[in-house]
Amino acid sequence: MTPVLKISNLHKRFGEVEVLKGIDLTLAKGDVVSLIGPSGSGTTTLLRCVNLLEDFENGSVEIAGEAIGYRAAGEVRRRLPERQIARQRAMTGMAFQQFNRVPHMTALRNVMLGLIKTKKMHRDEARVIAETWLDRVGMGQRKDHYPGQLSGGQQQRVAIARAIAMNPQLMLFDEVTSALDPELVGEVLAVVRDLAADGMTMLLVTHEMRFARDVSSKVVFMHQGRIHEEGPPEQIFGAPRSERLQGFLSNSTI
Amino acid sequence: MNFSLFLTDLWAARMSLLSGLGETVLISVSAIVLGSLLGVLVGLALTYGHWSLRFIVRIYSDFLRGTPVFVLILACFYVLSVVGLDLSAFQAGVLALTMFCSSHVGEIVRGALKAIPKGQTEAAKSVGLTFGQTFFSVLMPQALRQILPSWVNTATEIVKASTLLSIIGVVELLLATQQVISRTYLSLEFYFFAGLVYFLLNFVIEQAGRAVERRISIPR
Amino acid sequence: MDYDFNFSVVWRNWDLLAQGLGLGLFLAVISIGIGCGIGLIAAFGMLSRHRPARLCALVYVSAIRNTPILVLILFTYFALPQMGIALGKISSFIVTMSIYAGAYLAEVFRSGLVALPRGLREAGLAIGLTELRIKAYIIIPVMLRNVLPSLSNNFISLFKDTSLAAAIAVPELTYYARKINVESFRVIETWMVTSLIYVVACYLIAALLRRLEQHLALPH
Repeated sequence: MTPVLKISNLHKRFGEVEVLKGIDLTLAKGDVVSLIGPSGSGTTTLLRCVNLLEDFENGSVEIAGEAIGYRAAGEVRRRLPERQIARQRAMTGMAFQQFNRVPHMTALRNVMLGLIKTKKMHRDEARVIAETWLDRVGMGQRKDHYPGQLSGGQQQRVAIARAIAMNPQLMLFDEVTSALDPELVGEVLAVVRDLAADGMTMLLVTHEMRFARDVSSKVVFMHQGRIHEEGPPEQIFGAPRSERLQGFLSNSTI
Repeated sequence: MNFSLFLTDLWAARMSLLSGLGETVLISVSAIVLGSLLGVLVGLALTYGHWSLRFIVRIYSDFLRGTPVFVLILACFYVLSVVGLDLSAFQAGVLALTMFCSSHVGEIVRGALKAIPKGQTEAAKSVGLTFGQTFFSVLMPQALRQILPSWVNTATEIVKASTLLSIIGVVELLLATQQVISRTYLSLEFYFFAGLVYFLLNFVIEQAGRAVERRISIPR
Repeated sequence: MDYDFNFSVVWRNWDLLAQGLGLGLFLAVISIGIGCGIGLIAAFGMLSRHRPARLCALVYVSAIRNTPILVLILFTYFALPQMGIALGKISSFIVTMSIYAGAYLAEVFRSGLVALPRGLREAGLAIGLTELRIKAYIIIPVMLRNVLPSLSNNFISLFKDTSLAAAIAVPELTYYARKINVESFRVIETWMVTSLIYVVACYLIAALLRRLEQHLALPH
């Protein structure tokens, strides 16, 4: 079966600094993979490359067998036209650390926007789907609120609904709880856990080690742009092999 | 467009255009200097004045800022002669621009003084400075730095507004240009030329303002 | 001062004044509408990755902002026909004012765009919108709401600048004021009433726009 996500030999540099130095990672359907690592290890950049928010110089990213972002034309690789890239971006859903709310639209219209404009759905159909997902994340009661009227945790749940409503093959979560007050973290993690239980394929960057251990089928520890150690959560958290990972874990709160 | 013809005519008209430019500069400088002086008083009155003074100055300022400059110029020009003040068109125009400038500078000054944290005045008082000393040694140096960009902007506004004096017959650069056009019929070239001269005047003022701003900026 | 005030001559012409005021407002509304379109294009131009686009937008904005509006008005009306572009008084004035407003609004929009959080664009990208759609549905609506106060101020100055249409005999308020002035010789009354109309109109427009701002403000 074709993997949902296949990253091969991915290289990415910001100017002089190489932040990803050859990443290989494969996710089968239903996999939940957590990326952990100290800041600067490249976890967030990797996620952003998968959603084509960053260009990458070398290697390939395939989603459901389709190479995204670039096509090889003989020796040179060319960036795909914008329309193609937009379509490929919609194959993955992404939730951001800063929620990236669209402040002039209600929760409902936030979720409907992509359905109507990208998926060309009829308004009524989009509304039904949006309402269903807002209910799922526990925001059905507040669908007519503007982001400014919602707490951080509620905004983040709307943002997740906005991404998941697009029916993506893969969900990307980029430190979705880092900007939240501690008492709001739980409600967001509950939503993510719920999606995982539902069989959604997910790749997430997180600093919540306990959560990563509970929800993941695999944990990947990154260091200085490379995958340093990977394995099932019991092994990564229970019996870390490398000193680096041991050091990292002893400095993290579990 | 006949460029060599334009250059010949431009050379022939150089004296009248130069004298027009001189008039423009004279009008602008007078209005900016007088208006700024008056404006500082307006600003002080608006910030520190007794409430009755504040009320009167507020009406003065709001009325001037709500009226188009052009109407102000026409009003000064027509009204003053009726009330027996025998001003030339030049003087009436400069008076109008001065009042216009003073209302804008007044608001800028007020804003700048209001923006200075209250603690500073109190700190100055606590070390025994009088209001005058506090104002000149603590408040004004800071306010001046904050005022500069908007003040430069007001100055360019005055230069641009000086063109309106052409309508009441003051032969500044624009009217001088129009007179040349009525002789040469080269309206496109000469209007463009006038626009360019104004652009350069304002550009120079802006750049000079930026240079001063850089010199006096407080490092942080 | 011996002067018998007699406002009846001015009030007798209230219909002309009202007509003039109406035309001025009409000109301002049309011009700010077109100006917003031009300003948006210029603002995106100034922030573009392409050097030529940046350069074009920058030249447009600084050239127009540093040139007196009266020169622009006269240029469009008197000089452009020399190039075969002959417009009527009103349309020529609207063209000038739109281009003029566009340059000022470009600066307003540019700073509004720069102030937006980067995540806003990425929110759109992540749900598969193209750049153009992100601008139309997300970036521009949010930015416009944020700059609404500056937009209001620009509209009010634009309205005051419509007084300059009198210079090319467009029959707006100032034009009729001059006419009444000449015909009635009630100089003081005419100009008092005229500037009062402008001041009150500006005040009302400002109050109205403030209401609109509150109405459009996002709930918190």
